[in-house]
Amino acid sequence: MKYLDEYRDAEGARKYAAALARITTRPWTIMEVCGGQTHAIIKYGIDTLLPDGVTLAHGPGCPVCVTPVELINKAIEIAARPNVIFCSFGDMLRVPGTERDLFSVKAAGGDVRIVYSPMDAVELARKNPDREVVFFAVGFETTAPANAMAVYRAAKDDLSNFSMLVSHVLVPPAMESVLSAPQNKVQGFLAAGHVCTVMGYEEYPALARKYQVPIVVTGFEPLDILQGVYMVVKQLEEGRAEVENQYARSVRKEGNRPAIDMIRKVFTVIPRKWRGVGEIPQSGLGLRDEFKVFDAETRFGVADQTAEEASECISGLILQGVKKPSDCPAFGVRCTPEKPLGATMVSSEGACAAYYRYRADS
Amino acid sequence: MNTACPIPIADYPTVTLAHGGGGALMHQLIERMFRGAFSNALLDAGHDGAVFAVDGERMALTTDSYVVRPLFFPGGDIGTLAVNGTVNDLAMCGAQPLYLTLGMILEEGLPMETLWRAVQSIQRAAGEADVRIVTGDTKVVDRGKGDGIYLNTAGTGVLRTKTDIAPKRIREGDAILLSGDIGRHGMAIMAVREGLEFESEIQSDCAPVVEPVMALLNAGVEVHSLRDLTRGGLAGGLIEHARTAGMTVRISEARIPVREEVQGACELLGLDPLYVANEGRFIVFVPQDQAERALTVMRACAVSSEATQIGSVTGRDRAVVHMESRIGSLRIVDLLSGEQLPRIC
Repeated sequence: MKYLDEYRDAEGARKYAAALARITTRPWTIMEVCGGQTHAIIKYGIDTLLPDGVTLAHGPGCPVCVTPVELINKAIEIAARPNVIFCSFGDMLRVPGTERDLFSVKAAGGDVRIVYSPMDAVELARKNPDREVVFFAVGFETTAPANAMAVYRAAKDDLSNFSMLVSHVLVPPAMESVLSAPQNKVQGFLAAGHVCTVMGYEEYPALARKYQVPIVVTGFEPLDILQGVYMVVKQLEEGRAEVENQYARSVRKEGNRPAIDMIRKVFTVIPRKWRGVGEIPQSGLGLRDEFKVFDAETRFGVADQTAEEASECISGLILQGVKKPSDCPAFGVRCTPEKPLGATMVSSEGACAAYYRYRADS
Repeated sequence: MNTACPIPIADYPTVTLAHGGGGALMHQLIERMFRGAFSNALLDAGHDGAVFAVDGERMALTTDSYVVRPLFFPGGDIGTLAVNGTVNDLAMCGAQPLYLTLGMILEEGLPMETLWRAVQSIQRAAGEADVRIVTGDTKVVDRGKGDGIYLNTAGTGVLRTKTDIAPKRIREGDAILLSGDIGRHGMAIMAVREGLEFESEIQSDCAPVVEPVMALLNAGVEVHSLRDLTRGGLAGGLIEHARTAGMTVRISEARIPVREEVQGACELLGLDPLYVANEGRFIVFVPQDQAERALTVMRACAVSSEATQIGSVTGRDRAVVHMESRIGSLRIVDLLSGEQLPRIC
């Protein structure tokens, strides 16, 4: 298949691995920001092709994983109400709240539906005027434009039975949080290609300068990732800390202007709590005042709820690249996809899920 | 007698959809609750159907229920599924299917025209598979209590082989042959159900596979095991073999045929075609020195004309499935918890 096969080529992978080995003179720790990249790395065994000492740390770029437990609890409480149709992307349904997950709500009779686009939820609201339709808006900058568009459309069409439970987070503040942590080991970044497709990469030079780290915008196929690692290591070996774009077939420097405009029209930047990490300033999106009427937290009176994380789960350290899933004593024993302690074990982009699925025997 | 529920209430006080998804949770339910409660030699064989002798004649018996939504989809419908699914389960035991039962649970308000379409399709599929519907049952439930039509078919057939065909018979060095491309049925259903439109319509692979199986047996190929790749997909079939036989199975990703439209839809939704359901595909384990002959026999039948070898049984050290990825690295293929869920971004 075009645009896929050429980036999954065994010969090409061997060439990049060999080139990387030639330029590497000492150990380096590089973080891939996006959970999609983490899964590709573990699925294809890309980390096993790297020279000794070049370590990939798995980053915070899994939207399901970083959604705080209190928001999951809020989702569960709203979804269990009798007149509600609760719409979500599929992989949120298995994420554990304090007591149960959305699948259990569905099994107990709640109307929980998997949708593929927030516009499907808007359509449901239109077709079911006597029901409250709530969309669980989880994600990074990648899903924000479509979610913004859904609210914008609901406002335009005066759909008073539509609302959104917003849990949007932003990538650059999370990268800064990783870099400024005292235990940080990350020396370079593979930035998330899909996020940059929307936002461009004008936000990154300041970060690269301030912390003296190379940042390479990188795609998701095996050869993309190998090339991204090569570009970061080359900069590190040459003492450079610049922003480069490996994923040029998708990413432009200025990003997708209409998408960015739509995000800014509907959302505003606010502080957000990250599961396992805590609050990061200016790290998320919330509805602007003129769209607040669509805020599900206010509509269902759940805004003030808080909850604590399960104590044994170390997903916070995993999401910051400090630890790997294999460092967790609960991994595969007390924490499995069937009985997860944290979201990193169930999300299709979670690092623990990737290790469990592709490396359960090691 | 132990009366405690074998699925701890603390884990799952209620049945979830994942308990029927063909993954680890369904496996747990069957192993702990059903097999525990009903254990006997035939059931414990863990095959697609039970194999037993009646007056010296070896027979196979199997049953399956069909709850597909939508009832009609590109490449098939609930009627063709109900016939082919059960017929294929019999074929996987090495049996020539003979008779089917047909149980219908209909929802009040179902248009008679819809029921007639399904019945006609059952009739056609039974004709193609050369089986007769010999007894049946009809129930009607209140509106809202069913999805229009639920079907159950049980089937019986006569074994066409003297030796057992079962996962425990696979041996080190066996070749693993796949009868054609994978993932079409699951993605065809998902595309219709979720209103996803792709450039070319994905057609389900729903078909009877009796012909190639009988051809293999008639040709004298030493068939060690067969498995149709329904729920759980190719991954499910391979993992079950590795675990039951206590063998390491190794396959190569590059050798597994997946049509471009299926690959594209899977990429878009973040699904792995290895786990997607099929309704007209099977794997067969044969000694490596008979693999070429088996492939020639299979390729002569329309339903398995693209048959190919995807891997082999490599040893007895660990009961796992390894897959060589396209870039040459090795990874494990394990059961998923439940059904695959489309990703966020």
